[in-house]
Amino acid sequence: MKGAISPAAAAELIDDGSSLLIGGFMGVGTPERLIDALVASGKSNLTVIANDTAMPGRGIGKLITAGLVSRVIASHIGLNPETQSGMISGEIDVELVPQGTLVERIRAAGMGLGGVLTATGIGTEVEEGKQTIEIDGQLFLVETPIKADFALISAWQADYVGNLSYLLTAHNFNPIMALAGKTVIAEPGSIVPVGVITPDAVKTPGVLVDHLLVRAS
Amino acid sequence: MNAKELIARRVAQEIKTGMLVNLGIGLPSLVANYVAVDRGVFFQAENGVIGLGARPPEGMEDPHLTDAGGGFVSAVPGAASIDSAMSFGLIRGGHLDMTVLGGLQVDESGHLANWKVPGKMVPGMGGAMDLVSGALMVVVAMQHTAKGAPKIVPECTLPLTAVRRVDLVVTDLAVIEPSPEGLILRERAPGVSVDDVCKATSATLLIDGDVPEMQLEPTS
Repeated sequence: MKGAISPAAAAELIDDGSSLLIGGFMGVGTPERLIDALVASGKSNLTVIANDTAMPGRGIGKLITAGLVSRVIASHIGLNPETQSGMISGEIDVELVPQGTLVERIRAAGMGLGGVLTATGIGTEVEEGKQTIEIDGQLFLVETPIKADFALISAWQADYVGNLSYLLTAHNFNPIMALAGKTVIAEPGSIVPVGVITPDAVKTPGVLVDHLLVRAS
Repeated sequence: MNAKELIARRVAQEIKTGMLVNLGIGLPSLVANYVAVDRGVFFQAENGVIGLGARPPEGMEDPHLTDAGGGFVSAVPGAASIDSAMSFGLIRGGHLDMTVLGGLQVDESGHLANWKVPGKMVPGMGGAMDLVSGALMVVVAMQHTAKGAPKIVPECTLPLTAVRRVDLVVTDLAVIEPSPEGLILRERAPGVSVDDVCKATSATLLIDGDVPEMQLEPTS
């Protein structure tokens, strides 16, 4: 862990054209201050990999509204009409991935696996162009890993060495994405002394976290 | 009783003590209203909770505790919060006893289409493909027709959610069980005739003898 930085400094680390894994499920468990800083910095041509693109005015929806995103890999865009219209007009390249497959592709990247085999999507549009493998009489799709330049993580608490804990349904993709970003930036709700998060309660070990966002002023 | 309540109450009767159940957003989510809390059923929301509870009292909602539709919920005693990998591991791995989903079309093979209308609506499949592929029992809860057009059809014209045969279809007109032989008409809604059901269905229904009327348990 390299220390705590401001949202603006975090946004400065991210170049135009970067790929970003962003935690959250319809905006729950999404690092809002990081997103606000990205919008303020006016990045462009970003690839966003996330469960969904939330809705206009919230979470990843703000990045979409600001026109910073050229590519989206997500399981659901139904609550964001701007992502849908961007997809239809061709301004945003959208790849839709079943939710369980999406999280496993990210997990595979983070855990050093060459991909995953899943029966989800067999016989549907999702199978198109993909390799299938039969194991013990059952057909599986070969799904490839998804990694990114950055993982932007929302956590409940962080301690001084970057250990993270999460709250209730704000876990979602965050603990998985924290392994799959080349650079991991975590935005905690609060930062507490080492030991407050007990070893058993640490869901993301601090060794995975490169930068913590400073506390909200 | 309106159509949605009828469907939700009938689906609720399929849920047995101790089951782990995932309810889709919209109509399927109403099913929870008709499952008594003392039945020991755990509801899963795929965004990361086992043991979903009712909406909290006004002003006590927490933004860190929502269902898969983004609505505020509570958690029941014994609840567990999980990440998305665990959540879908439960779904794919054969640990989820039942899922209840909405449908756009169901066909004679028991295939479900419920995630895309090409050129009109492309919201994404979310968790639906994993749920239909992985849950031990798949129940489709939907209106029998859409603007008068049958939704139970010979073959789905919309993109499939999975090629797994769903286990039960509950509508405002009927209960239908897809089987290797085809769609078996099991029950008809109160006041609805077999003829009414067939007229609202473009698929062939297999009818064996008298088709009983849906029996609804009294609500507690």
